[in-house]
Amino acid sequence: MSEFDYASAPESKAIANIASNYGLFIGGKFVEPKQGKSFNTFNPATEELLSKIGYADKTDIDAAVKSARLAYTRVWSKMPAKERGKYLYRIARIMQERAREFAVVETLDNGKPIRESRDTDIPLAAAHFFYHAGWADKLEYAGFGNKPKPLGVVGQIIPWNFPLLMLAWKIAPALAAGNTVVLKPAETTPLTALLFAQVCQQAGVPEGVVNIVTGDGVTGAALVNHTDVNKIAFTGSTDVGKAIARSISATKKTATLELGGKAANLVFEDAAIDEAVEGIVNGIFFNQGHVCCAGSRLIVQENVADEILEKLKKRMSLIRVGDPMDKNTDLGAINSKEQLNKIHEISNSGDAEGANRWSPELKLPSKGYWYPPTIFTGVSQSHRIAREEIFGPVLSVLTFRTPGEAIEKANNSMYGLSAGIWSDKGAKILWAARQLKAGVIWSNTFNKFDPASPFGGYKESGWGREGGRHGLAGYLASEAKVSK
Amino acid sequence: MIIDGSETSLRKFLSDLPPVDQVGAEARAGMLATRSIKTTSKAWAIDMAISMVDLTTLEGADTPGKVKSLCAKAVRPDPNDLTVPSVGAICVYNDMVKIARTELDAIGGESIPVAAVATAFPSGRASLAVKKLDTQDAIDAGANEIDMVIDRGAFLSGQLYQVFEEIQVIKQICGDKAHLKVILDTGELVTYDNVRKASYLAMLAGADFIKTSTGKVAPAATAPVVLVMLEAVRDYFTLTGKKIGVKPAGGIRTTKDAIKQLVLVKETAGDQWLTPDLFRIGASALLNDLLMQRMKLRTGHYASANYVTVD
Repeated sequence: MSEFDYASAPESKAIANIASNYGLFIGGKFVEPKQGKSFNTFNPATEELLSKIGYADKTDIDAAVKSARLAYTRVWSKMPAKERGKYLYRIARIMQERAREFAVVETLDNGKPIRESRDTDIPLAAAHFFYHAGWADKLEYAGFGNKPKPLGVVGQIIPWNFPLLMLAWKIAPALAAGNTVVLKPAETTPLTALLFAQVCQQAGVPEGVVNIVTGDGVTGAALVNHTDVNKIAFTGSTDVGKAIARSISATKKTATLELGGKAANLVFEDAAIDEAVEGIVNGIFFNQGHVCCAGSRLIVQENVADEILEKLKKRMSLIRVGDPMDKNTDLGAINSKEQLNKIHEISNSGDAEGANRWSPELKLPSKGYWYPPTIFTGVSQSHRIAREEIFGPVLSVLTFRTPGEAIEKANNSMYGLSAGIWSDKGAKILWAARQLKAGVIWSNTFNKFDPASPFGGYKESGWGREGGRHGLAGYLASEAKVSK
Repeated sequence: MIIDGSETSLRKFLSDLPPVDQVGAEARAGMLATRSIKTTSKAWAIDMAISMVDLTTLEGADTPGKVKSLCAKAVRPDPNDLTVPSVGAICVYNDMVKIARTELDAIGGESIPVAAVATAFPSGRASLAVKKLDTQDAIDAGANEIDMVIDRGAFLSGQLYQVFEEIQVIKQICGDKAHLKVILDTGELVTYDNVRKASYLAMLAGADFIKTSTGKVAPAATAPVVLVMLEAVRDYFTLTGKKIGVKPAGGIRTTKDAIKQLVLVKETAGDQWLTPDLFRIGASALLNDLLMQRMKLRTGHYASANYVTVD
């Protein structure tokens, strides 16, 4: 009897019209960077060059901020809120119409499986615009006073793990609240942001309301330090977040920072075991573990640990690793060489410090950047792999004996972004949720997102919230704080 | 043995089973439904699905003529293409068993088993004495497989041991003459926790197969129900080393539905369950859709429904 191996089922690349080079999107037009410098973006699954991207330096940032300021004072802040909302609805609908194109470009540039970009990233990004479109003309009912005002020009810097979705989290609430934006996508994943710039043109968004500047950390720093920016919204590493906090500390700029995490996924003895195993897999292997809220610490009750681990290993053997464009792929490519090196470095410390590594047997593609789904057992709180964010498909497994010990271990982290609770007992879930110091807590599920639900962390996981009414607050000022 | 056969040990075992989280089970089944099965895998899956079909007619209007023509279809599903495999079994009411067996033997279908629905199918509302006679009657008529229904009323009212004993009695009558498939009728059990509990109860009592439905109650073989049953046979195998089969029945009408079932099998119980010995699909209309998709794969175009036989 032959085996039922799924034949390759690749999504077609034909729909993605990736240009050979892109300029910066400033004032509603694509313009060449002033110094004429550029950098390359690659497909991390094949190492093929996808496009040449304009590199924005200080002068380009200045032009982008000026264009955003002009659009703010002359057009966007004067426009009736209902009209603003219409543009957001229009963007949302165009994103849905072009969903397949966005999904293909995202997967090519990022390395994530097409199933995830198609079923998660793009629909959620569109949902964020729909949700915030509804808020645009209802801000006075949001609970921030009679006449909440926008802040002005917002500088936004986003990471490479969910390029379009993070763009939506940033731009949708900013525009709904009446701000204009200068957004810098990550260096390794600029393409969907540039495609989004085309959507803004298609939707007729007034010139300068949305500006997209591409570049690296230096570009980002120029945006953060620009004197005419009223607010910085950043998602990325805790180190960069701290640097941003320092550099704006003597200014009137406000900031929201979504930083790192090392989420505890707590599995109690009375959990629905099979679904908990699914949740563990989803928690750490979704998006190659490139998720700030990934459930990277499994903290499981000792009396069910063996059963859970046996089932988890069986389940991990079914994870399909490979071509991200294949519709049946579960785990795609690591986004960059740099990130792959970082995953290797921290994971190797797990071996050195005495934890036990396990991965299913599988063959990784020879080209591109890959890391197998991996678990470490015998991990203790003092190991680096239990404390540092790996941002890859690597799970650290710890055990506990009593509920109190579970909470103690879960909270014993410098981070506090998210946590998971697996139990069939409602009272236990509510009790645990009250004890956990984490901004987002999922019970009997993991990595669920909704535009109406605020997202953000405790401790070194960041400042402020994104999404929902709480997220909107970060883009609005009370009367006294209104910008010039 | 994982239980000692007493009511206490059965109850303890069943109440110790981990719960099923409804949202999680449905999400997993939903994700597996997105698998994209193309080209060579699709061809393999279609032939496998055909060989797993329990070709069924369970109507008050069944006649010897209807059953005979179903037998012909079972042996040679596509008269124009003899590379099409025969189906897994014929499934009929008791009084049609002899007709089906004789006909199959006469036309080259000796290896195709005849399954009879017994124990007061579909409701199961009869005395144990009647159910025993019903089963014995089917076996005497030459049935190779018995598809019995459990007493859902007893299950739902907590009389788990009564259900258990009933299955044991029927299993004893089957002996080595007939395979026993136990129909849980999951549409009447409703919750996934009940499906898991009933699956284990049936396996512990001696079922060779656990089957979702009678086909008379909707919903029938939904993906999450089949997922939960496949998890049960997988874990029962780990526990006992015994492989129990699974038979979804009811509501599987298209090739797409059937392939989704095979994906569930592969990614839950594993490749070793992908055989008619351990997985069957109870259906009637499904077979023709499988045949038409098979033709489409070979020729590149869809034929009209007149290119497959109605029965």
